Amino acid sequence: MNQARLWWTLWRAQWRDRPVRLLMPMLAIALGVALASAVYLVNRGALDEFERAARRLAGEADLVVRGAPAGFPESLYPAIARTPGVAVASPVLEVMVPGFRLFGYSGAQRPITEQPKTRHQVLLPVVAVDPFRATQVQPALLGEIAGNLRAFFRPDGIFLSVRAAGALGVGTGDQFDVLVGSSMRRLEVMGLLGESAYPRALGIMDIAAAQWMFDRSGIVNRIDVRVAEGADCDDVRAAIGRLLPSGVTVAAPAIDNERVASATRAYRVNLDMLALVAVLTGAFLVLATQALSILRRRTAFGLLRALGVTRGALRRALVLEGAALGIMGAALGVALGQRIGAWMLTALAGDLGAGQFAGVAGHLAPRPLEWVAFVVAGGLAAALASWWPAREAAARSPAAALKAGDAGIVLARVRPWRAGFALILLGAVLAVLPALHGLPLFGYGSIAALLLGGVLLVPGIADRVLGRMPTVRHTPTTLAIAQLRGSTAQASIGLAAIIVSFSLMVSMAIMVHSFRESFADWLDTILPADLQLRMGQGGDTGSLDAAAQARLARLDGVTRAEFRRTFALPLRRDATAVQIIAAPIDASTAASRLAIIESVAAGAQPARLPPAWISEAMVDLYGWSAGSTISLPLGRDQVAFRVAGIYRDYGRSTGSVVIPRSAYRAATGDASANDGAFWLARTATPAQVEAAIRAALDAGPALQLRTTTEVRQLSFANFDRAFAITYALEAIAVLIGLLGVSVTAASTALARRSEFGMLRHIGLLRRQVVAMLAGEGLLTSAIGIGCALVLGMALSLVLVYVVNRQSFLWSIDLAIPWWQLGVLAFALLAAAAVTATVSGRAALSGDALRAVREDW
Amino acid sequence: MNASSRTALLEVRGLGKRYRAHRPPVFGGVDLRLVTGDHVAIMGESGVGKSTLLNLVAGLDRPEAGTILLDGVEVGTLDDDAATRLRRAKMGFVFQAFHVLPYLTVAENVAVPLGLLGVARRESGARVAAILREVGLAGAGPRYPRELSGGELQRVAIARALVHRPRLVLADEPTGNLDPRTALQVLDLLRGQVRACGGAGILITHSFVAARTADRVLRLTAQGLAPEVLPP
Repeated sequence: MNQARLWWTLWRAQWRDRPVRLLMPMLAIALGVALASAVYLVNRGALDEFERAARRLAGEADLVVRGAPAGFPESLYPAIARTPGVAVASPVLEVMVPGFRLFGYSGAQRPITEQPKTRHQVLLPVVAVDPFRATQVQPALLGEIAGNLRAFFRPDGIFLSVRAAGALGVGTGDQFDVLVGSSMRRLEVMGLLGESAYPRALGIMDIAAAQWMFDRSGIVNRIDVRVAEGADCDDVRAAIGRLLPSGVTVAAPAIDNERVASATRAYRVNLDMLALVAVLTGAFLVLATQALSILRRRTAFGLLRALGVTRGALRRALVLEGAALGIMGAALGVALGQRIGAWMLTALAGDLGAGQFAGVAGHLAPRPLEWVAFVVAGGLAAALASWWPAREAAARSPAAALKAGDAGIVLARVRPWRAGFALILLGAVLAVLPALHGLPLFGYGSIAALLLGGVLLVPGIADRVLGRMPTVRHTPTTLAIAQLRGSTAQASIGLAAIIVSFSLMVSMAIMVHSFRESFADWLDTILPADLQLRMGQGGDTGSLDAAAQARLARLDGVTRAEFRRTFALPLRRDATAVQIIAAPIDASTAASRLAIIESVAAGAQPARLPPAWISEAMVDLYGWSAGSTISLPLGRDQVAFRVAGIYRDYGRSTGSVVIPRSAYRAATGDASANDGAFWLARTATPAQVEAAIRAALDAGPALQLRTTTEVRQLSFANFDRAFAITYALEAIAVLIGLLGVSVTAASTALARRSEFGMLRHIGLLRRQVVAMLAGEGLLTSAIGIGCALVLGMALSLVLVYVVNRQSFLWSIDLAIPWWQLGVLAFALLAAAAVTATVSGRAALSGDALRAVREDW
Repeated sequence: MNASSRTALLEVRGLGKRYRAHRPPVFGGVDLRLVTGDHVAIMGESGVGKSTLLNLVAGLDRPEAGTILLDGVEVGTLDDDAATRLRRAKMGFVFQAFHVLPYLTVAENVAVPLGLLGVARRESGARVAAILREVGLAGAGPRYPRELSGGELQRVAIARALVHRPRLVLADEPTGNLDPRTALQVLDLLRGQVRACGGAGILITHSFVAARTADRVLRLTAQGLAPEVLPP
């Protein structure tokens, strides 16, 4: 019999004999691949869209000169344009503008302060260009505008992408408000840009109009450069670099895209890893079902071997059997993944709840190559899972396999505790290694090694636990314990899937709980006031001047007011801009405003340098440390600060620096603020003070005023939204694990029908047999869940102290949600017992009593 | 005192069984009377219903017609729990495939029926040791089934079937997996032990050699049980 025919014969026989038992592992693989492919495809789609939009903005530029959002003088532009080797340079002003839809009435007809404060606000990215230069550098960006330049030059005109217009609820000819400083200005929509060409929310304006509209006269923050033919790009970059003031960098546009990709990579990789857990759980399920199925068919294999099938042919046929299951499951999974992905896009948007791809809708483009890769991965996972059982089956001597009752012997040899300990040791070593390319790859490796090691130790642990169980008078219980003592390896194989999924669920639950607790502590520290003010949702154009700040500080009901200036400052060309927070802070108040985790003793600070506090990400990204001297490009110069401490910042994973506002003002002359915090008098209510603040300013709805309680609620809602997808992925992995318990219980119960028949003959009541099986299920699940809890706690240490730290560049304190874990464990235990009971009932139905004569 | 004048241990009268209404009955009009010490062999062609008859007697299946009285208890009318309790207390089984639990030691296997009957541990231990001595497995108590030969395994099964001193032992092809010499030893042992326990035995077999170890040999046909004359 050739290989293919042998495989086909076994495969067909399996389907004829037990189709449901084959469907279960296939379904598990399908579910795992569906989740993994959905998460991957959604992430990939969003990233592609982001990159496509970025490419359109960058156009044919070879180099991009970039400064802080606050910008740099446009006088730099002619200097760059005249640099040898520069063919053409195009100045750009990019601003994030808080825009407000008007709801059908004009702000001119009604005082803006009387307009509803809940008006819909959209943070609109506006790109302002010089059309004559842009047609040479970014022809695609102007595309549809090129034929309508007259409208483009309107000082209050803007072209909107369909997505931006939709968000603002406007069409061509409509007007909407934007926040500039602390007042509103009006823009008119001159036309809409095609959705396929401009998938993101975006507004395009003439640069002169934008500079006037947004109070940025003489300021640009980007210059796109096309290098002349024959000129060396590196030379030109070096030449331009020499012209640039501090805080302004020049780089290839690819670095811009890479920066976005790397900023979101950790979250995406984490989700991908979590989705892969579902595939891994599915693979363990394949291992369990294949092991049990091969055990059940051992006599048939003995016969085949006796008839002349070689050991290798049998092994290959069985591995192929697993691979076929995997491929079929994975193909189903990919199809399912497209549907789940489409649902995820609708329910959670392209960033899957993380909020990192602002303005990107994301879409699921057909990706045949990736589909094939997932199908191959599913097949490989299942083939690998089948390899060990196949090897065991092929290694049996035909004579032994033909002899009834050798099943226990086959699995009795499985005591892989040495490999288990070795893997756990490896996991411990990997956990202390640093991140690789900004990703906790060794951390993931550590988790995989600990998981596998833990699973391999389970048979040994089960042996010891069961060996110490007291003898009881109750015969069904005695039988259950004895059965388990004799089949720990078999039971462990069945439990592998649930141990893997549950331990990961435990670790994730601990990690998320720890994070939530640390997040709550952090919020308590950074929100000491009663009322928080933000100008224009964090856009670049909203601010309060000194007079407005003074007015607000003197309002009735306000006992104290603090104002901050927050802005993005690029410090390195290949990294996302760092958030600089200029706040009224000094060494004595830092601990009450920041979640300080390390500080330099007061005496150790040289008085000549102003202090700065840095977030943990700055330590990882820039190598700064407490006590070191740092330099920030503020105003026209580099300003030196001494790092007085390191704090946690869960709001900005790309890094932030807090500096005294006085130092900022001295360096830049900028006295404006875009954040405020108000302490209220005991007699004043937040509503009264809010009304007073709104009345004092003419920014209307652009003022974002929230009580500390509201900010906390909103923050936790965002937090939970970001983790919603992780909870869903974990739950599905556990579901697959339970499916594994169910399949194993059903297979084992079916394989033991003749034993049950004999027990019923000699006087065990039906319910006693079912109770015996439920007891076995309960006991094995209890051992498995116990192991998974311990393993999960070990994994949570890696997640909290390694993966989280290296992925998001912030630390969290370990906190264990005992109640949550207890309830989870209990629910799982109950589900496992029910599963075993149902399997037992099914096995006892029909001809179970006659199974004792199946050998006749 | 002859068999007909003694109190019947098992009384089967007019027993019939049909699996489907439109199909002919498996058998009908089966009568059988066993008293203490009886050891009967039942032969018959494959498919004639020997195992069905055993199931009916054991209360594992319900008859279509007739009655089965075991120590005066009507077996056919008992519900599943009552029939199970009756089997537990009054019956012992020996199967062709031994069906010894691989995860229990020999002694633990034999002790299972005593555990089900709530016999105290000390007494159970003594009775297990005694029956193991009787079946020639003294000292094998701590061993596991995988360490035993086929003949030894069947001895364990016989010990398990007899340890609680059942009134009726049902043996279904108990020597089908054994070599002729071991088979004869096992059958002699079974007959001797059934008698020693004060019960009766029914042996289902295809083998004339096995049947010869019984006191009476009957042949099951669709019409019922009839005496069988064994070839010399």
